[in-house]
Amino acid sequence: MTAGLTIEGVSQRFGATEVLHDVSLAIAAGEFVVLLGPSGCGKTTLLNLIAGFAEPSRGRILIGGRDMAGIPPRDRPTTTVFQDYALFPHMTLGDNVAFGLRMRGVGRAERRARAAAMLELVGLAGRDGARPHELSGGQRQRVALARALAVEPEVLLLDEPLGALDLKLRRAMQEELKAIQRRVGTTFVHVTHDQEEAMAIADRVVVMNAGRIEDEGPPRQVYLRPRTLFSAGFMGEVNRIPLDGGLSPLGALVPGNGTLCLRPEAIGTEGPVALGPARVVEAAFFGTHVRARFAPLAAPAMQLVVYLPQTALPEPGAVMDLFARDPVILP
Amino acid sequence: MRPLAWAYLAAAYAFIFLPVVVLVAFSFQDGRLPVPPLKGLTLDWYAKVLADRAVRAALWNSVVVAVLTSLVALVLGFLAAHALARVRLPGSAALRVLLIAPMTVSYLIIALGLLAVFNAAGIRPSLVTAGIGHVVINLPLCFAICFAAMGDQQKAAERAARDLGASEARVLWLVSAPMLAPALAAAFFLSLTFSWDEFIIAFLLTRFDVTLPVEIWSMLRSGLSPAINAVGALVFLVSAAAVMLAELLLARRRA
Repeated sequence: MTAGLTIEGVSQRFGATEVLHDVSLAIAAGEFVVLLGPSGCGKTTLLNLIAGFAEPSRGRILIGGRDMAGIPPRDRPTTTVFQDYALFPHMTLGDNVAFGLRMRGVGRAERRARAAAMLELVGLAGRDGARPHELSGGQRQRVALARALAVEPEVLLLDEPLGALDLKLRRAMQEELKAIQRRVGTTFVHVTHDQEEAMAIADRVVVMNAGRIEDEGPPRQVYLRPRTLFSAGFMGEVNRIPLDGGLSPLGALVPGNGTLCLRPEAIGTEGPVALGPARVVEAAFFGTHVRARFAPLAAPAMQLVVYLPQTALPEPGAVMDLFARDPVILP
Repeated sequence: MRPLAWAYLAAAYAFIFLPVVVLVAFSFQDGRLPVPPLKGLTLDWYAKVLADRAVRAALWNSVVVAVLTSLVALVLGFLAAHALARVRLPGSAALRVLLIAPMTVSYLIIALGLLAVFNAAGIRPSLVTAGIGHVVINLPLCFAICFAAMGDQQKAAERAARDLGASEARVLWLVSAPMLAPALAAAFFLSLTFSWDEFIIAFLLTRFDVTLPVEIWSMLRSGLSPAINAVGALVFLVSAAAVMLAELLLARRRA
């Protein structure tokens, strides 16, 4: 019921602009993959190519080993949860969820039973007779999910499904989405520009920028060991310190050439890499941590962002010795 | 200013509705001529008209032609609007203008053109040829109403239906048409009134079987009679009902 997905050298151009450059990606059956990137990076275009709403200019897409070239969306083993939900306003929730089954010739009684079961799965048990306009945004999102899952697709595509929800509901739906994916075991390909969402739900994060894959891997790896500067910056705040032959404006820190990347929470009062003394420029309480900006005495023009523990009370103007861990050097 | 404004409003409505009111009033005339003074009220003329075989046949012809041509115009207009809303072709805008253009041509010109074409093709005037004429005038109207009603919400729903396995025909039948139902019904009822009232095309393109407006015309040639007023009142009643239905449906959609 679930299948892997292979994207081989896919490029897509719209007129003169190439929105995807030679993208290759293998997704295992049952994997929860998140395509993460800023708007315009090509992630939604890639999703549309998998769904069959467009054909790639070059390259192949295989689902469960079958080449999808020339196969229209209705014949692909994929379904999509759209950002705007795209529910059928003139149908009840039961009929919405059962629509795909109806298209596959499933009988009325079985359709009803399966639609009811899907609505129960997404926490809307007994609401079969309601209409979409009676629901809140979060509930509509659940119906869209149930409708797409009802036909038991081999791959479920989610196009920024939580984008229209407020932050709190969004975080709650993330957990639920992850739990549902675990239960049904379907391959999920989820598009978002929210890196927290990506880390919360993904087995694997694929970071995209300007039509290319910048980085991919489990959330921990992409966050702690990013492969590119873009990936490092997109996954969260990062301090960039230029390195030339092991020398930086702060002196000799670690051997290597390129850019030394340090996460704000990896800098503090202890650690293997000594950054030297720095002056507190500004500090603000963020709840889980204190976000402070430091100007190193050795290079006052450079500013380091540091997340200090909740209990820290850095006074602007005070000088502290800073240390770092988990250094990453990128070209 | 206020009384003046009200007077203006009353005058405007009187100007629009006085002919209809007079027509309807004298259809109840208890006398031989539909002219003042109103001698008394009677339903005799309605009874006489409804007993008239020719009027009854024309009434039925008008109903058949109006319903069938409106259905044909609606289906063609809906399909054209759906296609042009979905696909962006280089010539989309030009195609749209061409489809709506017949609205600007007078019915007389359309009728003369069709008459010439049917003559050249050796097709005799009949209810069918008049019906074709009515499709020609109503198709642009149906197209324009359907096209205006299509929006992003409906396009998104169609996309979802395709994604869930619906063929193009089922997308149209199960998603697009039900979502556009109020607009489709409004287009249908407006077409119905245009076909129902239409005289010049029906006059030039029919011969033995005629529609009601043409029958009224031939009755008029034998002089004025409250019977004609009675037929006219019936025609007006049907048109008014259809227009009100269409208005109601379009208003509900906007609400």
